[in-house]
Amino acid sequence: MSVVTDTSVRSEENFRVTRSRRNVAWTGAGALVVVVVLALFPYIVYSGTTSLMVQGFIVVILASMWNLLAGYAGLVSVGQQAFIGLGAYFVLILAQHGTSPFGGLPIAAIGCGVAAVPLWWLVSRLRSGYFAIATWVLATTIMLFIERFPSIGGGTGMSLPGLSGYDPTLLVAYTYWIGLAVTVLSLVTVYVMLRGRIGLVLTAVRDDEVAARSSGARVGLARMLVFVVAAVGCGAAGALLAISQLIVQPGAVFTVRWTAIMAFAVIIGGLGTIEGPILGAIVYMILQQELQSYDAWYLIVLGLIAIAVALFARRGLWGLIDDHLHVRLFPVGYWLWTPESGGRHGGVKRGPGKRGLRPRRGGRPS
Amino acid sequence: MAWVNAIIQGILTGGLYALFACGLSLMFGVMKVVNLAHGDLAIIGGYVALGVITVTHIPALWSFVIVVPIMALLGYVLQRTLIQAALDRGVLITLLVTFGLSVVIESGLLQFINADSHSLGVGESIITGSFSIGSQIQLSYLLLLIFVVAVVVLLGLQYFLSVSRYGRMIRAVADDQEAAQLSGVDYRHVFGIAAAIAFGTVALAGIAYGMYSQFSPTTGTDTILLFAFAAVVIGGLGSLWGTLLGGIVLGVAQQIGAQINQADQVLAGYLVFLAVLVLRPQGLTSRRAQS
Repeated sequence: MSVVTDTSVRSEENFRVTRSRRNVAWTGAGALVVVVVLALFPYIVYSGTTSLMVQGFIVVILASMWNLLAGYAGLVSVGQQAFIGLGAYFVLILAQHGTSPFGGLPIAAIGCGVAAVPLWWLVSRLRSGYFAIATWVLATTIMLFIERFPSIGGGTGMSLPGLSGYDPTLLVAYTYWIGLAVTVLSLVTVYVMLRGRIGLVLTAVRDDEVAARSSGARVGLARMLVFVVAAVGCGAAGALLAISQLIVQPGAVFTVRWTAIMAFAVIIGGLGTIEGPILGAIVYMILQQELQSYDAWYLIVLGLIAIAVALFARRGLWGLIDDHLHVRLFPVGYWLWTPESGGRHGGVKRGPGKRGLRPRRGGRPS
Repeated sequence: MAWVNAIIQGILTGGLYALFACGLSLMFGVMKVVNLAHGDLAIIGGYVALGVITVTHIPALWSFVIVVPIMALLGYVLQRTLIQAALDRGVLITLLVTFGLSVVIESGLLQFINADSHSLGVGESIITGSFSIGSQIQLSYLLLLIFVVAVVVLLGLQYFLSVSRYGRMIRAVADDQEAAQLSGVDYRHVFGIAAAIAFGTVALAGIAYGMYSQFSPTTGTDTILLFAFAAVVIGGLGSLWGTLLGGIVLGVAQQIGAQINQADQVLAGYLVFLAVLVLRPQGLTSRRAQS
């Protein structure tokens, strides 16, 4: 890179390293405005729209978690429905013992995180593709195990108690706010994780695992942490699902279709970016709404798009946006400013210092 | 006596599971592809057989004569196009693409055919019968035949890989792709051949399952792929005979589970799988630790 040769000539003061090319304060303020506007939605739109948006929130949470697994930690899990199901069933069991489902949600999410530790110990013995199927077997095993207990609905499922006291409109609004809160919390968690040490370790592993390990990166620990965080997120989404559907059925919560949805949303939106899963979830919701009267068609279309994107534009929709506009809503890497790239506000100028310090993800192999 | 019967039935169904696992094992061994669409492709084999039987009225037992070449061709084409394109882009993309393929096939079958269960009727022939040993043990000829077919397929594959010219090429490419390429082997073509063979066994698995039980669009993943995978892991990765042993262990575990409680059949199989994962993650037959 020409940047390296330049260092000897120019004084170091001309180089700056920032998190983003643009001022983060603006995107931060923008995100805050979006969250506030979203929080006001129950006052503005009909409850049909908000309950649809709760479904969207669930997809955003799931996609962000799956992106953390596959896009950053290289763990393709096909069994995340295990934690969706566990989250839903934890809420159900807690509600049966008198805990409000809203209060049960955080407990269920943490419960999923705790359950993820021994499960990680099991599945981490296998790598890549076999890891994927092992998580799938695990999810099926958990479902078969839960179906043995008639007290929580057995194989047919049962409705969620503890919410009948609420006014229907108010219930939808509460669910919406909880959903929004969980979504924001998930995104913030992912962002903070990836900005910190774990993000650095994961990036190093993604680029060269052997080099990362030999430099003392605790790869196994970082991966386990990602798995646990993803379990907490998926558990929270499962709990949210139970609250929004008011019923918990083993076949509906433990289906691999959930993993298909999150994977497709992530691939289409942009694997390995924080913004991608949000974009992918929006695409998913639009397609699902447009095609829902044609049964399984939306999954066929989504699957075909996902295959095409994975093969021909592996950084997804957000990758295309980033390539052209250089926008990062959630900057987790670093940006090197060189004298050529101009002054304080010259970030968009072309120049040798265009590339960030962080190796760019993907790109088609030439 | 009921327990002895359960074990014998388990061993025989183990043959079926080994047949499921054969193609998965081969594709991983040669191309390092974990084909998540494996089970759905077997179900496609089942549907193709159903179509072939309806059109030509040949006996279900002989449908493989037509279905296996069709599936082998599909395997070659799919490997040369989609799977190779994914492989060129790395392991992660291969997994994503085969998972996408799995979902597309399953949804497609639901959309264009229906969710009904089908079976390949074998009609009134000797194969539907069974013979008894003592008063409690009944062996169906069909299950016995499937077991024999599984063993023959595994033996044939073993022989083919170790003796024939293409077998040598496949092993060479699996060992060192670049060295094989330098020696004049077109690895893409060899991958295609290996995929064709794998898909041929997948077709056999689909037909065998269709005759033994009923299949529907969802059977591909929740039965065939997961059972095949469990058999491979129990037996030990990369060993054909380990796969047969793994299938048998899985089958016996399921039958014993069913003996305890009919509803626990599948769960019992998975619990044994998890136990193997805990106690002997390299599988029952494999000596070296897996990567």
